[in-house]
Amino acid sequence: MAEDIFQGYKGLALEVLKKFNVRVWGQADVLTTRGLFKGTILPRSENDDDKHIVMKIITGYNIGLDIATISDMKETGYKKANYKIPEKEFPYTQGLPKVKLIGTGGTIASRLDYRTGAVIPAFSPGELYGAVPELAEICNLTTEKVFAVFSENMAPENYKKLAIAIGKEIENGVDGIVIGHGTDTLHHTAAALTYMVQNPPVPIVLVGSQRSSDRPSSDAALNLMHACTTAGHGDIAEVMVCMFGPTSDEYGFLHRGTRVRKMHSSYRSTFRTIGDTPLATVTRRGVEPIKKEYNHRRKDRNVTILPYFEEKVAIVYYYPNMQPDIIDSLVQNGYKGIIIAGTGLGHVNKPIYPAIERAHAAGVHMYMTVQTLWGYAHMFVYDTGRDLMAKGIVPAANMLPEAAYIKLGWVLGQTNDPEEVKRMMLTPVNDETTSREPYNGYLVYQGGVPEIEDFIRKVRK
Amino acid sequence: MALHKMHPNMNKNFDPRENYKKTQEAAGYIPRSKATQKTYDEIGFMSGLEVHQQLKTKEKLFCHCPAGIYQKPNVFDAEVIRHMRPTLSELGEYDGTALMEFKTRKNIIYRLKNETTCTYEVDDTPPFPLNREALNISIEISLLSKLNIVGEVHITRKQYLDGSIPTGFQRTAIIGVEGEIPLKNKKVRLIQLSLEEDSCREVSDIGHTRIYRTDRLGMPLIETVTYPDMANPDEVKEACDYIRFLNRSTGKVRTGIGAGRQDVNVSCRGGSRVEIKGVAHTRWIPELTHNESFRQWSLLMLRNRLVKEIPDHINWKISQLALDYYDFNFSYKPLKESKELKHRIIAVNLPGFRGALSHFTQPGKMFANELTERLKVIACLEIPNMAHTEEFDPVVPLEDWESIRKLLGSAQNDAQVLIWGPEADMKTALETIEERCKMAFAGVPNETRKSFENGTTIFERVLPGADRMYPDTDSAPIPLEDKLITELGSSLPQEIIDRYHIMKSWGIPEDTYTYIFKKDLFPLIEKIVNELGYSPSFVGRLFGHKLKYIEGHSKPAAEFSYKIVYGLLKFISEQGLTPEIAWLMLPHVYEHPKIDFESVLISIKFKRVAKEQLFGSVPFLKSKFAEIQMSEKKNNEKDWIMGQLRKMAIGNVSLSELAASL
Repeated sequence: MAEDIFQGYKGLALEVLKKFNVRVWGQADVLTTRGLFKGTILPRSENDDDKHIVMKIITGYNIGLDIATISDMKETGYKKANYKIPEKEFPYTQGLPKVKLIGTGGTIASRLDYRTGAVIPAFSPGELYGAVPELAEICNLTTEKVFAVFSENMAPENYKKLAIAIGKEIENGVDGIVIGHGTDTLHHTAAALTYMVQNPPVPIVLVGSQRSSDRPSSDAALNLMHACTTAGHGDIAEVMVCMFGPTSDEYGFLHRGTRVRKMHSSYRSTFRTIGDTPLATVTRRGVEPIKKEYNHRRKDRNVTILPYFEEKVAIVYYYPNMQPDIIDSLVQNGYKGIIIAGTGLGHVNKPIYPAIERAHAAGVHMYMTVQTLWGYAHMFVYDTGRDLMAKGIVPAANMLPEAAYIKLGWVLGQTNDPEEVKRMMLTPVNDETTSREPYNGYLVYQGGVPEIEDFIRKVRK
Repeated sequence: MALHKMHPNMNKNFDPRENYKKTQEAAGYIPRSKATQKTYDEIGFMSGLEVHQQLKTKEKLFCHCPAGIYQKPNVFDAEVIRHMRPTLSELGEYDGTALMEFKTRKNIIYRLKNETTCTYEVDDTPPFPLNREALNISIEISLLSKLNIVGEVHITRKQYLDGSIPTGFQRTAIIGVEGEIPLKNKKVRLIQLSLEEDSCREVSDIGHTRIYRTDRLGMPLIETVTYPDMANPDEVKEACDYIRFLNRSTGKVRTGIGAGRQDVNVSCRGGSRVEIKGVAHTRWIPELTHNESFRQWSLLMLRNRLVKEIPDHINWKISQLALDYYDFNFSYKPLKESKELKHRIIAVNLPGFRGALSHFTQPGKMFANELTERLKVIACLEIPNMAHTEEFDPVVPLEDWESIRKLLGSAQNDAQVLIWGPEADMKTALETIEERCKMAFAGVPNETRKSFENGTTIFERVLPGADRMYPDTDSAPIPLEDKLITELGSSLPQEIIDRYHIMKSWGIPEDTYTYIFKKDLFPLIEKIVNELGYSPSFVGRLFGHKLKYIEGHSKPAAEFSYKIVYGLLKFISEQGLTPEIAWLMLPHVYEHPKIDFESVLISIKFKRVAKEQLFGSVPFLKSKFAEIQMSEKKNNEKDWIMGQLRKMAIGNVSLSELAASL
């Protein structure tokens, strides 16, 4: 097929390849106005222009050739690369816990995708064992790819599928479950699974990697080892996120699925527990709980799977001068629930009030969270807050906006009765609201302060 | 006991010193001073270069941290620890070095300083767009190097698992391929020029902990790679100097310690490409390449011997035995310390290797060093980490070796080594010994070696191959249009080889050229000659002899710029002084760059004397000389009078004119 021969090339560049009859993976001599170039023609990323041809020269580097400079091309050979993570059978070790790794399309192990020039995940126990052989010392691992989507494409259907798959695995008697997941919406999925998989007897650990596994310094391997240790050997039978504690290769944190949030676009230590301390730290030696109270691992298989979700729910992030039509349009489009991320203690401006009244009258469930992320919605403090409550907005305590959004979707998937919705929203499944905020739950240090600099110098970041 | 004091191998009729000497002779090793082209032709000397040069940009290559600000090894604001794992290359293969580095299980610690490090250096954020200033400089240098400029720059990741770059790879991009540089007698072909980010500077590397600082990390660096066209050590230096001078001729590269470094690839006929890394000075190159070519030649001699003596070398294996410290009473300090640390001690038998351990490799080094050095790098055992049966000055007594041989069941022709260290490292250590010994049957392992000023090298890493390349998925390709290239090409400096010929035709003495090129002074000399009318030979000597001498012997109070010399010469000609006075003024100007030239005249006690007055005193001096002369030689009178007048004359009249008048 023509597409295969000229992988990724289009337009003018494709014409040049066709004209000179040179294939992708063909070794070619290319004569240009800038001199002679020799090498292997590589596929081109679909998003790149059609004015250049990519070539790997003998020293292993890639270069691009401007097609406008090309006067002649000759194919002198052909050698297709076979990109494959070495696959080795995952060894079974008597006495080690059974851990199931459920794949969703994250970057735990990945390989190059010429179509986009980006990395795509590779996933099978054999491949994982080839890439992270240490896993065999931790557990007996089996894997299952439930679906393959990028983190940003995760949707309620995926949450439900995952919850059902987890329920089945627990029934089958696994000792722990690891879910490989892209990091962008890892905390949304973690919240969803907390609500949908209740009272699990074994650890359910969500894990990803911030720096793709195609780099030697990736956090993927260590995160995976930490997650398997947590799932196989840890005592905490909850839905957790397991990611780097510091940016250094030192230890991982286990975060409760409802209190965790991605806080940096690229840092390894991006996931933080908000408004509380993390549940535990984990190293390859085991899990060290930080919190004293958590759900312990059990022998029984009594888990409740509640795979429900109403999709017509939205988060509205308030900003000064927000116009009422934002709310109106949601109502007109049939939205059943709105999470507002308000300013300060949970506020929006007066011009929106009529829209909120209209939404309330239309039966839309509205809950207030805070865009400060840390702290509670305290709507009794100012008149604004009291006005808003009178118009039907319910303060959602210290629930994180994302955790609240997922929860409202999950609740509305089960009931539409305002009182029941309110009861369910305000009754925590697992700490999405907490009655106490520990004073050390809010720690955002600022660099430059002498004692902080001193601390950073001594403690590896 | 008398036996104790005897040479350990004496009773076995084997003298390691003699064996060393014999193998050195067999390899035909002679000191470089005695070597000729014929020497190098006989062993098939071949060498190529990878010349690295930092570019003078304000910021780093992929982030906005300042470039060129350095930190002290033990001054830092934070530390980050990382481990490196091998990943697949684009072609789906693991790289040999990568696997070796993974074996070493190093804790890599980065020392960060707020001023020079952002989240990019610690690999916690993807790269920012490539520094255009750096890209343009690298294109200019590529054009000067007659390279074919690529149509599109692709950033490639080149894996380095030693930790010298926190990502585990170096972002690097080819700018041009297939160029050439002219040497005095031949042309050297260039393979490519790449633009890349510089690596971390190592602070220390002890056991399983390697510490780096990140100040230099990410600074723009170019690498010019030649074909192995150099046929003797001096040619390698000449080519390297040429490339460095070419880079400097743009005035857009950094100078100073570490700003230019080269890796030198060497092989002999039948040998392997060995890369001598990070050679700091080009003057080290001849000795290093000479020794490396002979190290390889000698390893081939060893191979020939071993292959003949051990026909079944495919199945060659070491055997080993853990020793109990209490069965021996070692007095060697490292062994006593090892005992206290509860480290393991293992005796290893190397079948048929008698004579191999003391086989000559480099001046003062033998094959056993190849094992020791690998044990340090791969198994993380600090040196001294090994004792063996062919040491010149044995650290383990003969009777102990005898017992060890018995325990191992060694044969007469076997050699034995003793290693010690933490239990966890012993498996790798044994593998390392066996692996290196087996390589001796094949000849010369591909490796990178670290250089020393004395011309010797030690093992650094297994030589990485093209298998460690991977496209950088974090950055998009950058098209290079003809317009940009033409524009950059229009303001290039003259070629070094042309400047060489110009200076020669000007009569500037050749011994000043290295200095002039190194400091990129040609444009300034040309300007002085053209604008101020000085004789090129005078200006060349003023820089290449006088200023070079001054620089080596005094320190300026403020920053000295070479442009000051232009000002000085302009002042001299405007004042109607003769050029020679520059010789007297320059040392003062160099030491006090901010002082005005009039004051310099005062401090050298210069007095203006009219030409007539000077010439007028000649008759008086002549009669004076007649009174005091001791012999009748003709020049005596002239020399004496010149001596009397020189000081007064300098600056006022031309000395040659004065001499002619006598």
